Amino acid sequence: MERVGIVLISHSSKIAEGLKELISQVITDVPIETAGGTEENEIGTSIEKIMESIHRADYGKGVLLFYDIGSAKMNAEIAIEMAESIEIILSEAPLVEGSYVGAVESGMGKSLKEVYDAVEKAF
Amino acid sequence: MELQVEDTIQWLEKSNEKIQQNKDYLTALDQAIGDSDHGINMSRGFQEVVNQVKSKQYDTVSDVLKDTAMTLMSKVGGASGPLFGTAFLRFSMRVKGIDPISQDAFTKGMEDALAGIIQRGKAATGEKTMVDVWSPVVDYFKGTTIVQADEVAQTAKKAMEQTKEITATKGRASYFKEKSIGHIDPGAASSFYIFEALSEVIKGEG
Repeated sequence: MERVGIVLISHSSKIAEGLKELISQVITDVPIETAGGTEENEIGTSIEKIMESIHRADYGKGVLLFYDIGSAKMNAEIAIEMAESIEIILSEAPLVEGSYVGAVESGMGKSLKEVYDAVEKAF
Repeated sequence: MELQVEDTIQWLEKSNEKIQQNKDYLTALDQAIGDSDHGINMSRGFQEVVNQVKSKQYDTVSDVLKDTAMTLMSKVGGASGPLFGTAFLRFSMRVKGIDPISQDAFTKGMEDALAGIIQRGKAATGEKTMVDVWSPVVDYFKGTTIVQADEVAQTAKKAMEQTKEITATKGRASYFKEKSIGHIDPGAASSFYIFEALSEVIKGEG
């Protein structure tokens, strides 16, 4: 699957899982991974979960990250700094709408930069 | 002042004690202008830090601080995890290879820690955040030839109390706008406990 990976980062594992379900109804050939909640699945985010999802979503074409609020961004930035060898961009687009557009664009076989630009343009 | 491995562990233990004792107070502060999880998150994180650093043997202060950083990052769910985690990580990187930590090395570590918090949180002073405590404490260390334990705690305490008057423009508290006035920032309060603990450690060594 030579597609740009999408990682959904949310304070709530239910939001992340629900969003994956929503996108997967339409897009089936794009790696979509979730990083929702803390390690104990409480409200919050986990650098470890984000890193694991980045690795799972990467098939060599890079990964685009989407997040919901506040500390999710900081943890995403730390995860990016730690995952040196993978090409990663953090999108500032709203989590639900942004990742949906991102998944559609990735499904067209576009590059990470092209997917990111398309999402940026949409918001 | 001079910080050795044992002093550093004692600093973390004392910080943890204060955070555990004030867990409910920190949560109450966060209830007023945030998402009510600061006390819970910080007490969980610092308890894990103490468990971690007491279960291992350390040769350098830098290694103690690095483990502290990694534990806080993975165990504190809210914004405090990456912020305090980054602070301790940058501190640890700056004092790598220096043992024990002299006042000069400590000051440099503090400067890098503050820079890390500012970079990670994209905050400046005057936004009602932990930066408003860290920044004057760093200034105190930079501008003082011989650090006095009591002055460290006083500087941090005064700075924490001043966050009461500020309107929050950063983080979750910024949603409360002018309603945030009159409340001490929770991150400023937990930062104060950490510096109060530090002051006690400095006092103990003299």
